[in-house]
Amino acid sequence: MDFYLGLMQIIGVHTLLGLSAYCVLLTGQVSLAQAGFFAIGAYVAGMLTVLAQWPLVPALGVSAVVAGAMACAVGFPALRVKGLMLVVATIAFGEAVRLFFFNFTYQVQAGNLKLGPHGAEGFRQIRYFPENGWTTLDVMLFIWTVVALVMAGVWWLDRSRAGAVLRAVGEDELAAQSTGINITAVKVSAMTIGGVIAGIGGGIFAHYTTHIEHVQFGVVLATFAIAYPILGGLSNVLGTLLAVIFIQGFLIEGLRFMGDWRNLLFGGLIVLAMNVRPRGLLDAGAMLALKRLVVPSKDRNGA
Amino acid sequence: MLDLQGLTKHFGGVRAVDGIDLTVSRGEIVGLIGPNGSGKSTIVNLICGLLPPTAGRVVFNGADISRLPPHARVTLGIARTFQNIRLFGQLTVWQNLWVAQNSGEQRSQNFLPRWLGGSSGAWEEINRTLEFFDLAYKRDELAANLAFGEQRRLEFARALAAKPALLLLDEPAAGMNAEEVDQLDGRIRKLRQDGVTTLLIEHHVELVMSVADRVAVLNFGQKIAEGTPAFVQADSAVREAYLGTAAVA
Repeated sequence: MDFYLGLMQIIGVHTLLGLSAYCVLLTGQVSLAQAGFFAIGAYVAGMLTVLAQWPLVPALGVSAVVAGAMACAVGFPALRVKGLMLVVATIAFGEAVRLFFFNFTYQVQAGNLKLGPHGAEGFRQIRYFPENGWTTLDVMLFIWTVVALVMAGVWWLDRSRAGAVLRAVGEDELAAQSTGINITAVKVSAMTIGGVIAGIGGGIFAHYTTHIEHVQFGVVLATFAIAYPILGGLSNVLGTLLAVIFIQGFLIEGLRFMGDWRNLLFGGLIVLAMNVRPRGLLDAGAMLALKRLVVPSKDRNGA
Repeated sequence: MLDLQGLTKHFGGVRAVDGIDLTVSRGEIVGLIGPNGSGKSTIVNLICGLLPPTAGRVVFNGADISRLPPHARVTLGIARTFQNIRLFGQLTVWQNLWVAQNSGEQRSQNFLPRWLGGSSGAWEEINRTLEFFDLAYKRDELAANLAFGEQRRLEFARALAAKPALLLLDEPAAGMNAEEVDQLDGRIRKLRQDGVTTLLIEHHVELVMSVADRVAVLNFGQKIAEGTPAFVQADSAVREAYLGTAAVA
């Protein structure tokens, strides 16, 4: 049972990571910096609960603000470049963050233990959950409450005028500028929202793994972040969730019995999925079919 | 209202626009014609800010706007359409107008209603514009799924969503049949009654001659004639530019 609860936790946190990339991707920007924001969130939240003895929720709030501010600051220079150049620039940022934490030591003596980030050895003993008597189920429920809130928020944003503007910028920057949209402001805002979500996700990640180190936040994690919304499709946030379940639940855990063959199949299955559903797992057509299932045809009026 | 002063744009050695002076007064419909490559579209890009001028100035309502970014010019009241249609294909017809509500007045709304919901007044404006362009019945269709003529109309409608004082139409009649050109003619006239000034860049000479108060003719980036449609049609330099020297003799 604990295995499944653990899996649910992983899926929840990765959904947050995927949603942070989703927001940026709506404006047509491929950013590999999301793992960097996730790392910042993880370290900030971890240090607040362990070193400053903060409760978890305010710590997550601060990690969201710090990661969001960082995303905003990175957004201005990074979004001046486009396409592949942006990918390179954001990888560079992500690696810079990772290497910062590789070298970052800030430890405090607590009894006979030293607490806090310790360079390459990482940041151990983030024991907020066990110290406060949270069971795996409690943690899982907490994570999914946060995921549900963030998903509802992004869903709502997506349906608002702001969401339409993000998509307009993603479709045609030149036309967007010419209809009076300040594309720099829009892209930086999307990056900031993405940073906030990644910060929350990172903060939660630090607490359920209890031990974070720089290698966890490398290019692989950044690639996963961007792969979820691309594989899931950009028609809405449910696609990202579905892609996380597909990759984390099926490809990584479900195929574990295949041993080394799994890694081989992993890439192959993603390529296959993208070929069968080029606009994402949950594209506009799939959504329409779902809507028909939920709302019987006689209830829909006309159009 | 719009005053181009010695406007010049060079691309490397090519003088795409070479010292153009042109004035458009409030309420006027001015036609801008010229053979292919004469610099018409470059002028539109210079006025709406997609290109910086090499020299010269764009003056709008008395203020030099030559260095303003495109979105700021829309806020001041300059909107445009594109010659090759550039809609937001994966947005609905309605959303295409929704995102384009960026006039100064629309921007001055409170932050939350503007970005999250939109006021009923703003929705009403969108619906009215869609009615005006016969697109109301397609309002929830994706723009990419529209027929060509509908896309042309939507492109025009989207430019009007920002309630511009000056409208730049870049070849709005391209690819249209006679009936559609007629409707376009009617719409441009109707908009003038509503106080919209239009700079019409067009290949379709009949449309320009019918609707424009004044016509300027470009050739190789320079203005070779300007005047009433009848005057311009009679001008020998214009005939030369379009037909070649031999035909005039």
